[in-house]
Amino acid sequence: MIRLIPRIENSNAMILLSPLLALTFTVITAYFIFASILVDIEVSSVFYTLFVEPLTDSYYISELLVKAAPLMIIALGLSIGFRAGVWNIGAEGQFVIGGIAGSAVGLYFYDVEGFWIIPLMAIAGILGGMFYASIAAFLKTKYQVNEILVTLMLTYVAVLFLSAMLQGPLRNPSGFNFPESRIFHDSALLPIIWQGTRVHIGLIIAILFSFVIWFGIKRHMLGMQIKITGSAPRAAKFAGFDDNKTVWFSLLISGGLAGLAGLFEAAGPAGQLTPGLPQFYGFTAIIVAFLARLHPLGILFSASLIALTYVGGENVQIDYDLPSSITQILQGMLLFYFLACDILIKYKVVLFKTIR
Amino acid sequence: MNYQLEINNITKSYGDLKANDDVSLNIKPSNIHALLGENGAGKSTLVKVIYGSLMPDRGEMKWLGKPYSPKNPFDAREQGIAMVFQHFSLFESLTVEENIVLGLDGVRLDENFTEQIIKYSKQYGLDINPHQVVGDLSVGARQRVEIIRCLMQNPKLLIMDEPTSVLTPQEVSDLFITLRKLADGGCSILYISHKLEEVRQICSEATILRDGKLIENCIPQDHSQQELAEMMIGKKLIQLARSNINTGENIFSISNLSQKSDDMFGVDLKNISLSVMKGSIVGIAGVAGNGQDELMELLIGEITSPPGTLSFKGGDIGNLNSHERRQLSMFFIPEERLGHGAVPDMGLNENMLLSRPQKSQMTSYGVIDWQSVERLTQKVISDFDVQTPSSRMLAKSLSGGNLQKFMVGRELIQSPELLIVAQPTWGVDAGSANNIHQALIALADKGSAILIISQDLDEILTLCEQIHVLSEGSLSSAVDMKEDGLEKISQLMVGSES
Repeated sequence: MIRLIPRIENSNAMILLSPLLALTFTVITAYFIFASILVDIEVSSVFYTLFVEPLTDSYYISELLVKAAPLMIIALGLSIGFRAGVWNIGAEGQFVIGGIAGSAVGLYFYDVEGFWIIPLMAIAGILGGMFYASIAAFLKTKYQVNEILVTLMLTYVAVLFLSAMLQGPLRNPSGFNFPESRIFHDSALLPIIWQGTRVHIGLIIAILFSFVIWFGIKRHMLGMQIKITGSAPRAAKFAGFDDNKTVWFSLLISGGLAGLAGLFEAAGPAGQLTPGLPQFYGFTAIIVAFLARLHPLGILFSASLIALTYVGGENVQIDYDLPSSITQILQGMLLFYFLACDILIKYKVVLFKTIR
Repeated sequence: MNYQLEINNITKSYGDLKANDDVSLNIKPSNIHALLGENGAGKSTLVKVIYGSLMPDRGEMKWLGKPYSPKNPFDAREQGIAMVFQHFSLFESLTVEENIVLGLDGVRLDENFTEQIIKYSKQYGLDINPHQVVGDLSVGARQRVEIIRCLMQNPKLLIMDEPTSVLTPQEVSDLFITLRKLADGGCSILYISHKLEEVRQICSEATILRDGKLIENCIPQDHSQQELAEMMIGKKLIQLARSNINTGENIFSISNLSQKSDDMFGVDLKNISLSVMKGSIVGIAGVAGNGQDELMELLIGEITSPPGTLSFKGGDIGNLNSHERRQLSMFFIPEERLGHGAVPDMGLNENMLLSRPQKSQMTSYGVIDWQSVERLTQKVISDFDVQTPSSRMLAKSLSGGNLQKFMVGRELIQSPELLIVAQPTWGVDAGSANNIHQALIALADKGSAILIISQDLDEILTLCEQIHVLSEGSLSSAVDMKEDGLEKISQLMVGSES
């Protein structure tokens, strides 16, 4: 028999070990899944392509960073709300609206050159994401509508809105009716920080944000307000914190950062607005935030880990003709095992013989 | 001498902690025997051993002259030992008689049974209507249901755990009449309490436990309340007295405050008026659930009040939140420690930040100066004798008494001009309670105003010069203690129920 016994104190060892444990379980389960479905292919070589190859080559590493950057930015925003108990599940939608808003500015100034265009696009992206998240904030604070439902459902609206824009006002006039925007001109493209790759300035901004947010959580009353509201709502009222303000703040920050990430994606690797802009980054960032236990610096690492499953997943698609859902299976398992292993922080497992 | 129950040298350990260390006590027939001790003194462990829910490591018991070692509570009940718990185990949606029949074995609910209930109820003065739904009953009535349920098992020993902690003075004296009748009828009673005056009033013997050890078997009437308390806590208690009642002008007033409760089970506040003068301690007595929580929310500012209902230092504060009220030097200590007055999963230092005064040294432009926070936390810990290994200890890992001392200290180091405190010593050991009371008195002596909302009438009587009673959401005018005294308070506490 196995029994879970509550620990007297949280186990510090397990706080560090449980992510590694989750990773191990994920790899083991993945091994069995591959072993059962693969014919004529060595599981070990698939594993190599999936987990090791992305780290061996500068091209793959650069692609990993390209994918990690938006995950970091979105997850940083989400982590703030999650600490406060504000569950923004629709970062994907805010990402898309931010992408559309920023791109629209870029396309409006299509003939203009200037260093100010990218910042202007970034601001538009942030405002777009904020606006989209503010719908949920308004409904929650005014009518107590659950923000999980609102943000999630608005995601689908956003994706359809993107498609409407690309069929209409934002469509490339000389694009043979393909639902795509014009390709952005140089002033509307993000500066590349690693020449010869697609790694753009978004990565630096993500790292910058993670330190700013880390400081804010640790040293600023706003961070305290968010932590206290999430941990003990009545104590937050006792302290005089306005819980509506906390909801607005959380949703505006997470929406704004998701919108910024959306614009970076359009003005970075894509270089234009296409229907393929949403790539589940908004949902995957939820996993990233939780894997890092909502810690702003931890998010830098967990985003890189999740980016590895993206790059590795693409590689096995190409090399072994495996389905693209491999990536999502891995990410899902990782979160699943991580949440399961977290119980070991508060409980210890005891094996004992049953007495008949 | 024939004892009903003999307990010899019981020892029970949990790991390194000896919850009972060589405890002996003997209960005579027809006797009301007090078991006294602070929280954690080992009272519950001893009772669990008697009631069969714990096996002692060592020691033996004799029941009616024969060796007794119950395997479980069922066994204990079979042999004639019954217990009324502090927290009742009644189904609120069922009627009184249904609840009673559920607790007994081998009986059916029929007219005969209902008559039995009525018979017991008359015989022992336990006023109860068998057909009423328990959810509609007052706490005192619920306790009567529990007692009748125990009596129907014809016990020879009735164990009562803190029976008066939730009762009004009138209900307490009714209970005592019942207990005396029971004892005269041959049922001995083991009466667990920390209320010393009651013990001196009703018990003919007392056993005092401290840190799991037997301190004394004595006759409570031979000792003063103070002596009993000192035996219980193992140190001298400081006598409480206002050295300097010097009340000044009116500083805080509530005028015609009414508030409908959002909560289905909440209490609507009706037309509450009250004023507090500088240097005075004003008390609001009343049984829990009569609007105390709702009133406290309004006073703290967690809910705003209509204009003109709350005024402090001459200004209207109804629409200010708690932080803004603190800026005016109003501070608060809520009843609920974990989750309201303190965040359970945060350290004491972080919990300091819940209550920030004007010109706080702890923050500037919202940036927290952790060193200052640490300094202030240490000051609270040392000034108010909070037992904790460090200032980073999580609030939830402190004992109730220590956390309460921390919360009182956190507000008092701000030298509030008005302190509003609910249940300042709820669930706090006698030593800490004494410290907290002293600190409150010292604050008032310095000229601050204090408003205390408490269910503990002794506390209110000891500390307050002006006493009001809250009942069903209405606040009485100040009770003239010289003229009407305790009886009047008791009537007001029961309110329209009587």
